[in-house]
Amino acid sequence: MTKRSWLKDSPAAAVLLPIIGLAGAIALWWLATIVFGIESYLLPSPRDVVISFMDQPSYLLTETGTSILETVEGFLLAIVVGVPIALLIVRSVLLERLVYPLLLMVNAIPKVAIAPLLVVWMGFGQWPKVVMVLLVCFFPIVISTAQGMKSTPIELVELLRSLNASRTQEFFKLRLRYAMPQMFTGLKVAISLAVIGSVIAEFVGTTHGLGYVIYQSGASADTPLAFAAITLLSILSIVLFYILVLLEHLLLPWAQESR
Amino acid sequence: MIRLDGVGQVFDGREGQVTALEEIDLHVQQNEFVTLIGRSGCGKSTLLRLIAGLISPTSGTVRVAGDPVTGPRRDVSFMFQRPALLPWRSVLSNVMLPIEIDGGEGDRGKAAYRDRAHQLLELTGLTGFERRLPHELSGGMQQRVSLCRSLIRDPQVMLMDEPFSALDALTRTELSEELQRIKMELDTTIVFVTHSIEEAVLLADRVVVLTPRPGRLREVVDIDIPRPRTLGQNAHLTEVARISGLLHGLLAEKVAPVEEPAPRQVDEVRPR
Ligand SMILES: Nc1ncnc2c1ncn2[C@@H]1O[C@H](COP(=O)(O)OP(=O)(O)O)[C@@H](O)[C@H]1O
Ligand SMILES: [Mg+2]
Repeated sequence: MTKRSWLKDSPAAAVLLPIIGLAGAIALWWLATIVFGIESYLLPSPRDVVISFMDQPSYLLTETGTSILETVEGFLLAIVVGVPIALLIVRSVLLERLVYPLLLMVNAIPKVAIAPLLVVWMGFGQWPKVVMVLLVCFFPIVISTAQGMKSTPIELVELLRSLNASRTQEFFKLRLRYAMPQMFTGLKVAISLAVIGSVIAEFVGTTHGLGYVIYQSGASADTPLAFAAITLLSILSIVLFYILVLLEHLLLPWAQESR
Repeated sequence: MIRLDGVGQVFDGREGQVTALEEIDLHVQQNEFVTLIGRSGCGKSTLLRLIAGLISPTSGTVRVAGDPVTGPRRDVSFMFQRPALLPWRSVLSNVMLPIEIDGGEGDRGKAAYRDRAHQLLELTGLTGFERRLPHELSGGMQQRVSLCRSLIRDPQVMLMDEPFSALDALTRTELSEELQRIKMELDTTIVFVTHSIEEAVLLADRVVVLTPRPGRLREVVDIDIPRPRTLGQNAHLTEVARISGLLHGLLAEKVAPVEEPAPRQVDEVRPR
């Protein structure tokens, strides 16, 4: 095995190298805080961050739970709303022309700007957060689903027609299945945005969630706590992402291998 | 078995109307093997799609087994240039797709069709590959799966649109000879599109030559060479050479300049 192929193919390398990279970055960060004597409220050392977490682990984990719930709910809602919209767009040129610019506009709105409005409209409960998550992540879902549906090869469509398949059969046995790999690409983009969406929403009108923790600790200059919350957010984002990757592997073994 | 009377097909293309076919009269006997030959863009695929009931003619009538064609029929199968296999289905379940679409109804039970599928896979040398996914197979094997799929309903009529033209020359010859062998065991009427003279002569009882722009029936050539025919050394070389030469002449004759047909866009076909 050559050096290059070991780097590319070995599962040990696939796991080890990112860990080495991460550990290196943390070590550098730590070193910088010591060597330059940086104050903890400016840039806490990794140790300060861990201590801050250990101070109130159950509080932080509860807030993480709140954020997870909002993120996942909003994400699922975005699928429930986004996929049918995509189907309508693919089904008719008229609808595509009618709806597409609207979608673009909604997507172009800076989401931070409407976070307070969502609170005005929907109160202080979890709805404004869920809706915010929905808003940030439904666009990639719509686009990727629509693209996936349209990418069905013409000969497969003709095949099903020559077999006298019904529209329902054509949809479920062919188009939907064929769109799945591209849908997953959209979902993976969307899940990262979803986490960001929940944080933005938690900056206003709430006393829960990691977004609120970050906002609060910023106000009281408790930077280690902010870092702890940010770390939890990153972990959350990565875990959600890899859950999707895993699902994709399980559901679409044919798609990975033919790539 | 198949009867076309005064069939014409006009498409509304992007640059105005295209007359793909004009005044086609053709009668294909039961159990006959007809190859359709012509340059690209002369309407061969259109003719097959008309017989398959995928499109309806702008003029004239198409009949299969005496009935006017109004849509795809259960006893007519269509095979494409590309294997058109569903990538997430195993070989066996791709072959069973037509039965699944029928909902397992029909004259036999699903189990009987499954046996038939295994039989067909054996016939085409695919035993042992039943559980593989299409992308694990070579192009030739994929096209064999496609052939099995088009045989699973025991079709009266098989329509084949350049089914081997995307394969390398060796695989292509192999599959042509295999198709000939299968055909000799079955009572099926086959219309086979090709632009290879060699393939046309090997397979056909009759070769139908089309001319482009608009697509018309130029000539029908009978081929009386006994079967099984092979492409290599055989006792009928002079006859083969004579017919090949004749077809060459018919195809090469100066006609209106031929354009490649515009590639069809994927998004032209929207879900119904
Ligand atoms: N759906 C369609 N819409 C418009 N024009 C078409 C369509 N299908 C085929 N044509 C035109 O009809 C002609 C014959 O096409 P085709 O039957 O595919 O030719 P061949 O299979 O012999 O290469 C070509 O000029 C092609 O551009
Ligand atoms: Mg063609």
